[in-house]
Amino acid sequence: MPSMKIPFPFAAIVGQDDMKLAILLVSIDRNIGGVMVFGDRGTGKSTAVRSLAALLPPMQIVAGCRFNYPPSNVSDPCSQVCNVDDRINCHEIDTVPVPVVDLPLGATEDRVVGALDLERALTRGEKSFEPGLLARAHRGFLYIDEVNLLEDHLVDLLLDVAASGENIVEREGLSVKHPAGFVLVGSGNPEEGELRPQLLDRFGLSVEVKTPTNLADRVEILRRCDAFARDPEAFTVHWSEKNAEIRDLIVASRGRLDSIEVGDASLETMSRLCMATDADGLRGELTLMRAARAAAALAEDPRVGPDHIRRVAPMALRHRLRRDPLDESGSSARIERAIAEVLSP
Amino acid sequence: MTPEAQARWNDALAAASLFAVDPAGLQGLAVMAGAGPVRDLWFAHLCGALPPDAAVRRLPAGIEDDRLIGAVDLPATLASGRPVLQKGILAEADGGIVVIPMAERLPSGVAARVAMVLDQRELVIEREGIARRVPSSIGVVAFDESVSPDERLPPALGERLAFLVDLRGLGLRDLACPPVDPIRTTIARKRLAATAPDRVIDGLVATADALGLGSVVLPLLALRAARAAAALAGRDTIDREDAALAVRLVLGPRAQTVPMENEENDGTREPQQDDNGQRRDPPPPSTDDDCPAPDTPQPEMPDLEDILLAAAKAALPEDLLDKMRSGAAERQPASRSFGAGSPQLSMCRGRPAGVRHGAPRSGSRLALVETLRAAAPWQPMRRAEARAAGLVPSHLAIRSEDFRIKKFAHRRQSTIVFCVDASGSTAFHRLAETKGAVELLLAEAYITRTSVALVAFRGKRADLLLPPTRSLSRAKSLLAKLPGGGGTPLAAGIETAVLTAMAERAKGHAPLIVLLTDGHANIGRDGQARRPHAMDDALAAARRLKEARLAAVFVDTAPRPREEARRLAGAMQARYIGLPYVEASMVRDVAIAATAATRDSGPIRIR
Repeated sequence: MPSMKIPFPFAAIVGQDDMKLAILLVSIDRNIGGVMVFGDRGTGKSTAVRSLAALLPPMQIVAGCRFNYPPSNVSDPCSQVCNVDDRINCHEIDTVPVPVVDLPLGATEDRVVGALDLERALTRGEKSFEPGLLARAHRGFLYIDEVNLLEDHLVDLLLDVAASGENIVEREGLSVKHPAGFVLVGSGNPEEGELRPQLLDRFGLSVEVKTPTNLADRVEILRRCDAFARDPEAFTVHWSEKNAEIRDLIVASRGRLDSIEVGDASLETMSRLCMATDADGLRGELTLMRAARAAAALAEDPRVGPDHIRRVAPMALRHRLRRDPLDESGSSARIERAIAEVLSP
Repeated sequence: MTPEAQARWNDALAAASLFAVDPAGLQGLAVMAGAGPVRDLWFAHLCGALPPDAAVRRLPAGIEDDRLIGAVDLPATLASGRPVLQKGILAEADGGIVVIPMAERLPSGVAARVAMVLDQRELVIEREGIARRVPSSIGVVAFDESVSPDERLPPALGERLAFLVDLRGLGLRDLACPPVDPIRTTIARKRLAATAPDRVIDGLVATADALGLGSVVLPLLALRAARAAAALAGRDTIDREDAALAVRLVLGPRAQTVPMENEENDGTREPQQDDNGQRRDPPPPSTDDDCPAPDTPQPEMPDLEDILLAAAKAALPEDLLDKMRSGAAERQPASRSFGAGSPQLSMCRGRPAGVRHGAPRSGSRLALVETLRAAAPWQPMRRAEARAAGLVPSHLAIRSEDFRIKKFAHRRQSTIVFCVDASGSTAFHRLAETKGAVELLLAEAYITRTSVALVAFRGKRADLLLPPTRSLSRAKSLLAKLPGGGGTPLAAGIETAVLTAMAERAKGHAPLIVLLTDGHANIGRDGQARRPHAMDDALAAARRLKEARLAAVFVDTAPRPREEARRLAGAMQARYIGLPYVEASMVRDVAIAATAATRDSGPIRIR
């Protein structure tokens, strides 16, 4: 889909409500832990993810920091990894867009985890660390398109860092540790091959996108794609107000998040839902709770209710079901069944 | 030369002309043709239409990321002391076209990289100390040289290319090539901004829908093709002629269903109003694919949608009706217009898997940047050592301990080809359990690295129900319904399995055939029901399997095993297992055990 330097505005994406909701939820609460988008080609998977950057309120970092440290965090680890010459800078503050970093296919390990800075080493004989994509994605999003085609050794690296929130580099005589807390966003086509279960588990939510069946929607998509391709600037301006509304909604929802009440009845419902679907592990329950809370915040409701749970349960649990290949009904159907059982009035 | 061939050739030339106007927008052409003079003539026509300064780059088979995406430029890096990028083909071709010969063999990893550039029109490079975004506006010419129906372009690529051009069966003598003028393309490129009236957009989406193409990408590509046509004709607004040409070239050849006749007003599609706000009349039967001249307002003029449908019908794939009759077309999801493409695993050709310490010898490759990184910290010390030893220190001292080599993953992927007897009374059970085994295997395909294919034989023929795949979801959708019952064309079954297995071996995978039957052949190769012949044919097919040096397991499903089955197993030198009551988990265990033996020892048989 069209996207060059200017991303397609999030607000202009037609339909795909599940995908849009999942993206909003992880933008409201990073702790939900990422989104995996499965779907047909040409359904706007990567368009939606790339539109995320323009949607997020900017963040503050230590001026010039290549590790995206927040201003309060000028401390020990810095001296270990950073080689900014003029350290006085570290008390100034920069406001920057939240990073949405692409991890492209064909990336090499040194660029992902970081490595010895070749230029400095060759010209000045200095041993210094050049941060990689994981450092750049700290406090932001790391996006992997066609994630099922990513090389195995890179998947291993990612799994470890995503679990610990910390990147440990031991190579070329360097011994470096820096925080790398990113929200993992992946997209892929299940027909290209299955995803490793451990990697799938790192994604908090998973959504399936399909080509809209509605003729009118398809006409509208075509119209908007065409308008965007012909004049991206004008199109973006046209949608900027709607995009700003969504940004305000995210900010307001974040503010509400801590005051959202999760009652015992809701906790029990979620617990029973996880048992009924036989979803793997505690992570499912935790993710379901966080996603339901973010959904309540988004809807301006003071507490989590059955409607929120019903709305987010499929995306929080779908990819955590134990595989039973002989069960004809798909994962979504199994969750629907469990929801009907547990949440019936 | 037949009129059909003439029309096909003209369409091929028209597609080339449109593509030359907007390569990056139309994203490319899939050209079905083997290497030869017809293809060369067509390609020369395309190159003639491109502006002279447009880059034309060829993607060699087995290309690696160094050359595809880019790598460190050694001399420049050493001279300047910082990593300097040497562009790969995708960046070098910016503003021009990339030609992919034998595109049906393109690994899915490479296809995905090309597809990303088509989507983004820029290349994100994160390699060997270099992080850069470079513009890469390209169109792709994918030469599809498949000979067998199970070879296809990787869907990730095929579905992004606007045109499907078929040059098969055309003779050189008859082909006239009109002169081309790149100036015309250049002029058209400058006016590539024709507006699209709403009814054109509506019409393209509705036509795609009527052809069973539920995608959003295809109408978008058709719209761009129509715009290129308008630009070539010097128009500022896309008119019906442009739209009809686009439909014929982009949508028609991919049709999944034959559009319904005279049913436009029965509510299956939204009734539309024509320009004057009047409900349209029932469409007159379309006579040919020529469109009425634009802007001749007549009350009975067919409206745009009907013109577009008529245009599409002129370009429906020849075998569409056959496919629909046999149910093949409906088995493919609507968006997969290129049909089944067996996913090729990038690991099988040895994908980069990191870097390790070691000296470059034959078969291993130096990881340049890593080697430089390893050497860099020691430079001051080595210079000092050299001076101490009374030598002139060299600019850069690299020693053998600095060498780093690239690791490649070379694990062979196995493919299990199940060949199932779907005849007779126990067929349903046998098929269902085998399907269960397929799904059990695919559920752990990630761990076992196994692709699975399924051939079933019954009645008079054998069918490849599931082309080799590692995707459980794909298998589920293809195996949703399975036919059963009828005669036992054992020979045809074995032959289909052998062909499938050999195609897999050609891709570098280790195939294993698991045959499930009671060995009771009663249909010969000619489809005749004569028992002795049928058995002879089956034995001959079994011997061919042996000659092809394919590994096989013979699972005898007869309640009381017969001598025939043992003879067959012997002829194919297969391991024989009696399994009168087939169960999915048992079939899976047999396959896994046999696969392990195959993978470790290469293409030799199991004893």
